[in-house]
Amino acid sequence: MTTATEQAIAAAVKPRRFGAWYIAEHKLRAMRAYRWTILATGIGTPLFYVFAFGVGLAVLVGANAGPSGIDGVSYLVFVAPALMAMAAVPVALEEFMFGIFLGFKWNPIFAGMNAAPITGRQIIDGMFIFVTIRLAMTSTLYYLVLLLFGAVQLGWSVLIIPVAMLTGLAFSPIAALTASFREDRSQFAIIQRVVIMPLTLFSGTVFPLTQLPIFLQWIGWLSPLWHGSELGRELSYGPNEPIWLTVTHVTFLAAVAIAGWQACVRISVRRLDR
Amino acid sequence: MSAPVIRASQLVKRYGDLAAVDGIDFEVAPGESFGLLGPNGAGKSTTMRMVGAVSTRTGGELEILGLDPNEHGPEIRARLGVVPQQDNLDTDLRVRDNLLVYGRYFGLPRAQVAKRADELLAFAQLTEKVTAKVDDLSGGMKRRLTIARSLINDPSILLLDEPTTGLDPQARHILWDRLFQLKERGTTLVVTTHYMDEAEQLCDRLVVVDHGRIMAEGSPAALIRQHSSREVLEVRFGSQRNAEAAQKLAGIGDRLEVLPDRILIYSANGEEALVELTSRGLAPITSLVRRSSLEDVFLRLTGRSLIE
Repeated sequence: MTTATEQAIAAAVKPRRFGAWYIAEHKLRAMRAYRWTILATGIGTPLFYVFAFGVGLAVLVGANAGPSGIDGVSYLVFVAPALMAMAAVPVALEEFMFGIFLGFKWNPIFAGMNAAPITGRQIIDGMFIFVTIRLAMTSTLYYLVLLLFGAVQLGWSVLIIPVAMLTGLAFSPIAALTASFREDRSQFAIIQRVVIMPLTLFSGTVFPLTQLPIFLQWIGWLSPLWHGSELGRELSYGPNEPIWLTVTHVTFLAAVAIAGWQACVRISVRRLDR
Repeated sequence: MSAPVIRASQLVKRYGDLAAVDGIDFEVAPGESFGLLGPNGAGKSTTMRMVGAVSTRTGGELEILGLDPNEHGPEIRARLGVVPQQDNLDTDLRVRDNLLVYGRYFGLPRAQVAKRADELLAFAQLTEKVTAKVDDLSGGMKRRLTIARSLINDPSILLLDEPTTGLDPQARHILWDRLFQLKERGTTLVVTTHYMDEAEQLCDRLVVVDHGRIMAEGSPAALIRQHSSREVLEVRFGSQRNAEAAQKLAGIGDRLEVLPDRILIYSANGEEALVELTSRGLAPITSLVRRSSLEDVFLRLTGRSLIE
């Protein structure tokens, strides 16, 4: 074995182990360019939503539902975990759609990463680490605003942060789909309108799913948003759903998140190896 | 000669029925400047991606730094520098940050990457642009930044895919000067190009590639000696009359090449050929005597010109 061969083997030890983290580091550094926008929307979004739903709509709902409220709590408490889950979705989608498509097409940085010792799998893993970190930041800010408005009580409810993050990550099949797009032909607008919007409206987020006619309720059962909202409610104020249902929520969200992530890895690895 | 750093044998890359690379053999020695010359679509970039260990070969053998890219992609890429045909700098990052994140991909400590980034920005004559946005750089500057980026890991082999395509003459000369410095320092260069002047400037040895196959191999001078005459007389009679005039040129020079816009007469002495031509009563609109170039070699080997 020549010196050059030995050098190459030694030089790849760290990239093989930490490659995905280097990608996340890259994305976080790039994010600094728009950190103020992220911070402003991170605080502004919960403020606006809590105000609109908790103060505005809550008056109507409260008048209608009577003193016992929904699930025995005020409308704001009922809606807060769902609002947090809903806020995680656009953050995850931004990276799953535009972050992934950018890397392949608009500004093909994935090819640049792959020309270095980073593998296709590590590139996607790194993107997912980055999305997870972004979701942690957004969800933590959201939780703090909810605390401030008394929409959650400090305690077990802090677990709605990872629940919101998991809900965002459960939209990972969109990342896999994006990785398969060759050209940008308004697929993203279609996904927003045909997939995301119905899921948002019919997932039992701002009203209980049982209010919908039964023939529409299946949308909720298949929606990460419904599972995330229900799980969040259970952890926030505990409407005491059966344990099997709680387990189902966690399993469903984790399974979808992992399946989408792994599909995205497979498609991306194949795409980079031209 | 020490062990080659690249060894390709019967290398094949197929996309469906199309063989983009159709069984090529070559070796590159350490410190050598090796070129792949050929027209667009000849299979140069595909070869480069296989050598760059990002594209799996369909057949044949390939060894880079003694390793098989199918098994040891990251190991090989850890010691390569790559300048792709299309710049893929991160436009969300400033100039210097592009080098910093890239250095990290090789697992280098942040302090070391920062020091090396500053040296390379000086080398690439971009010191005044460190905080500029990538989009605000000129084409030549982006190219130099990409070259600086490719050197962040102090690579054993530098792969340059069409390094100066799309640049103006001045930007090309600055780039060639930088590449020449690297060559003098002993970096192994592998260059693809469809510019014969670039190949002549940068390459110690090159292969002429067409349709995924190697047509000829040698140093630029040897290839010209072997496949062309010393000089070329170019004459133009106007696009309608070139073919007609060509019929009267038999016996002048070693060989004729009738192109749509001009006639090339290959001869050891171009001036003598011109004298002979005028003595036959022919009056070309323009005439030019020049030395043979790789373009002529390519024309001879393939019957086509490099840039069509």
